[in-house]
Amino acid sequence: MALLEIRDLNVRFATTDGEVSAVNGIDLDVERGQTLGIVGESGSGKSQLAFAVMGLLARNGRAAGSVRFDGAEILNATPKVLNRIRARRIAMVFQDPMTSLNSYMRVSDQMAEVLMLHKGMGKREAVAEAARMLDAVKIPDARGRIRLYPHEFSGGMRQRVMIAMALLCRPELLIADEPTTALDVTVQAQIMELLADLRREFGMAMILITHDLGVVAGACERVMVMYGGRVMERAPVGPVFADPAHPYTQGLLAAIPRLDQQGEQLAAIPGSPPNMTNPPPGCPFAPRCAYVMPVCETMPPFDPFAPGRERACHAGLATVRAGHAPQPDLPEPAAADLDEMPASVLQEARP
Amino acid sequence: MIDARQMQSLAARLAQPEVKGRSPWADARRRFRRNKAAMVSLVVLILVGLFALLGSQLAAWSNEEMDFSIMGQAALLGAPSWENGHYFGTDDLGRDLFSRTVQGTQVSLMVGLIGAGIAVVVGTLYGATAGYVGGRTDAVMMRMVDVLMSIPYMFVLILLLVIFGRSMSMLFLGIGLISWLDMSRIVRGQTLSLKNREFIEAARATGVPAWRIILRHIVPNLMGVVAVYATLLVPLMILSESFISFLGLGLQEPLTSWGALISEGAGTMNYGTLWQLAFPLFFFCITLFAFFFVGDGLRDALDPKDR
Amino acid sequence: MFGFMLRRLAVAIPTLLLLIVVSFLLMHAAPGGPFTQERALPPQVLANLNAKYGLDEPLWRQIAGYVWGIVAHFDFGPSFVYPDRSVNQIIAAGFPVTLTYGGVAFVVAVAVGVALGVAAAIRQNSWMDYLAVGISIGAQVLPNFVMAPILVLVFTLWLGWLPGGGWGGPIYWIMPVVALSTSFMASIARITRSSMLEVLGSNHIRTARAKGLPERAVILRHALKPAMLPVISYLGPAFVTMITGSVVIDMYFSTGGIGRSFVDSALNRDYAVMMGITILVGALTILFSLVVDVLYAWIDPKIRY
Repeated sequence: MALLEIRDLNVRFATTDGEVSAVNGIDLDVERGQTLGIVGESGSGKSQLAFAVMGLLARNGRAAGSVRFDGAEILNATPKVLNRIRARRIAMVFQDPMTSLNSYMRVSDQMAEVLMLHKGMGKREAVAEAARMLDAVKIPDARGRIRLYPHEFSGGMRQRVMIAMALLCRPELLIADEPTTALDVTVQAQIMELLADLRREFGMAMILITHDLGVVAGACERVMVMYGGRVMERAPVGPVFADPAHPYTQGLLAAIPRLDQQGEQLAAIPGSPPNMTNPPPGCPFAPRCAYVMPVCETMPPFDPFAPGRERACHAGLATVRAGHAPQPDLPEPAAADLDEMPASVLQEARP
Repeated sequence: MIDARQMQSLAARLAQPEVKGRSPWADARRRFRRNKAAMVSLVVLILVGLFALLGSQLAAWSNEEMDFSIMGQAALLGAPSWENGHYFGTDDLGRDLFSRTVQGTQVSLMVGLIGAGIAVVVGTLYGATAGYVGGRTDAVMMRMVDVLMSIPYMFVLILLLVIFGRSMSMLFLGIGLISWLDMSRIVRGQTLSLKNREFIEAARATGVPAWRIILRHIVPNLMGVVAVYATLLVPLMILSESFISFLGLGLQEPLTSWGALISEGAGTMNYGTLWQLAFPLFFFCITLFAFFFVGDGLRDALDPKDR
Repeated sequence: MFGFMLRRLAVAIPTLLLLIVVSFLLMHAAPGGPFTQERALPPQVLANLNAKYGLDEPLWRQIAGYVWGIVAHFDFGPSFVYPDRSVNQIIAAGFPVTLTYGGVAFVVAVAVGVALGVAAAIRQNSWMDYLAVGISIGAQVLPNFVMAPILVLVFTLWLGWLPGGGWGGPIYWIMPVVALSTSFMASIARITRSSMLEVLGSNHIRTARAKGLPERAVILRHALKPAMLPVISYLGPAFVTMITGSVVIDMYFSTGGIGRSFVDSALNRDYAVMMGITILVGALTILFSLVVDVLYAWIDPKIRY
């Protein structure tokens, strides 16, 4: 039995402009100690997937389907049930460490309350334990700085505090939602390295949510590529890079700058993510896909074409692997000029 | 009172560069039309305005005429009636309350509109100048606003009215003196964020003088905030004037306003002449309500947010 | 923190001096001087009066003397109309009354307003929310001078439960407190609700929930503090408007506070009393905004002193 089993998860939001479906029928398994990367552009539903698991959806959000953690159903569970799992067994690290920490409380208080609540520790003992955890995430002078407020830390240090806070109860599963997006590039690498070390040390399972395939390469065993609230491709991390089997994964890979191809233009995926109030009827990627065919009006079934690998695409595997779009008269998408792309695509394309 | 945070949120939103294609005003108009409370309030305001403008044509009695058959027996004979033409009844002196209410509505609306008008003109120019010029000038100008803000203005206003006489112009001067302070702060904030936009920089680079940039480029871009603020300011001005009039320190008879009429009605209600309180209070309340709803509706239309 | 308070005081003191000087000059500019009455006084009497009140001295000496009297002895001088009573005596008679019901009204407005606003926010779109929003919208058009007559009409004239005026035990406080606090309570409820909703949707609240904290701890420990900041900044203006409103309360309920003295002196052109009360209120306002700033800085660690 997997540690986390998600079946047919759907997340919808009621907005003034109508219902938005953020996640559409996702299945997912995470074994103990395993790491899964979820990759997709913003708006692909990857963060909402995580919030649904934790019961943290915004007020207007509704989740349906099944989420089993260690065998027990936790989707839409009562706060009492959820609060026994949150932080204690599943912890989460959020994207923006400045706003995700409480800027009106000392770091010591914010960390100690977790231990006092879940481990029944006294205040002094909890603060001491929290300081040890800050040591573990390599914050210099942890004992002295634990008394500070979040705004007195740098961005990278704040994210370390966030990670330390998540690890306090030694959770079995850590969900890291774009943990490095808000940070400088040099700091990003440090944080990823730290996460990998801690994961090994604590033997946790981890779900790493990111829009950056490059981040996944170093940190995860398996990858799930999401688009428009659906899974596009699922594979162990090696094959995804060596042999992307879905046009969208290919597009994401082409948008990563590479040292061995200096001077070449980066390829952005043309078009912009779908409007989820009124999603395309079939494959959500079809409007931007170079291989689009009439049959893409329907959602393709999953094709388990190799052990541990799955793809959802009507285009033949050989065609996609060859990299030849079926209609050569269309403008070559890979050659599109970066400056003509909508800003939203550029942000996602430039890691 | 006007929620400063909501005004800041609105200002911040309106200072953003426009998304190309769609005008924010067109969207706002559509959202405003969908807001039932605001639309109803707009109709109410138009009706109250018509009442103030045309009410005296409908009145059977003038506002100064005393009905001697009723004088002194208002409790018995002064009740509203169609027969004797006192639609709203009379006051203790036998004066027609309908005419008096029309007159009070005229005065109160005028005080509200002119008071808000002064605030808009002075506050916008002051705030835009401070924000645009910046530096030391800005610091001194805004420090002055801080100082004026911490003065108990109602007391000073009454002092002014007592010393220089209780005239309409003194009332406008007194109310206008203080009402622009908040406005100038908000306008200054928005000017600061507009200042570094390309079109302002372009104007500056081509040597357009500062006063011209303020008037031609900054001020038109402040319209949204100013419109919302002014709409919400009108009822506050009316409240201020009514407060003073309620104390008997406002305009002098035979001029009257809602506050003065409410004060009279409140003073005589234990003799059973409830209509003297009810009619002015009714107009006062619905007008204030309507202004608040229209102002809030305007703000929500320009800065849609789940509140 | 101490330096911050000193710096705020450095602004407050000139502000207060400015208020004193301006109101003194205003009084001086009154057409015909402070003793203009309906009935003209014999010139000799007028001269004697002017001499007695120091009005024949050069202007700067009058101002200096007046300011010195206030600063050094807390002395606002004699009343212009009742020569046997000093402004201090008049203020001392009324101020405790104003302070009593004003203080109670302030506490009631803040306590009920915050509670109502928080309840509305955490049960958004429930009957509780609609009730709170309804009250706060309705109370916008129910300022003290509208509330006072309505309360008297209902509770004194119709029901006969409460005395319609006067000052005595707590039963006399009820209507002044309600009349004075209603619109502020409503404003505070509105501000609390909208700021609480904003805070509840913020990232750090999601973090607090992810920690497994029970909802009560999330709200009390993590949401309340930041949600209170806009309320605290509103307390300054609220205080001013409330002290202004006390004038209506004193007039309408004959409570005998300083508001009554202010209006009486306005009607009698007793400038000394008017100025004394104006300056006192100004000083209180400045003091209060100082307290509010300190409170704000204490809650928000990001504010540097």
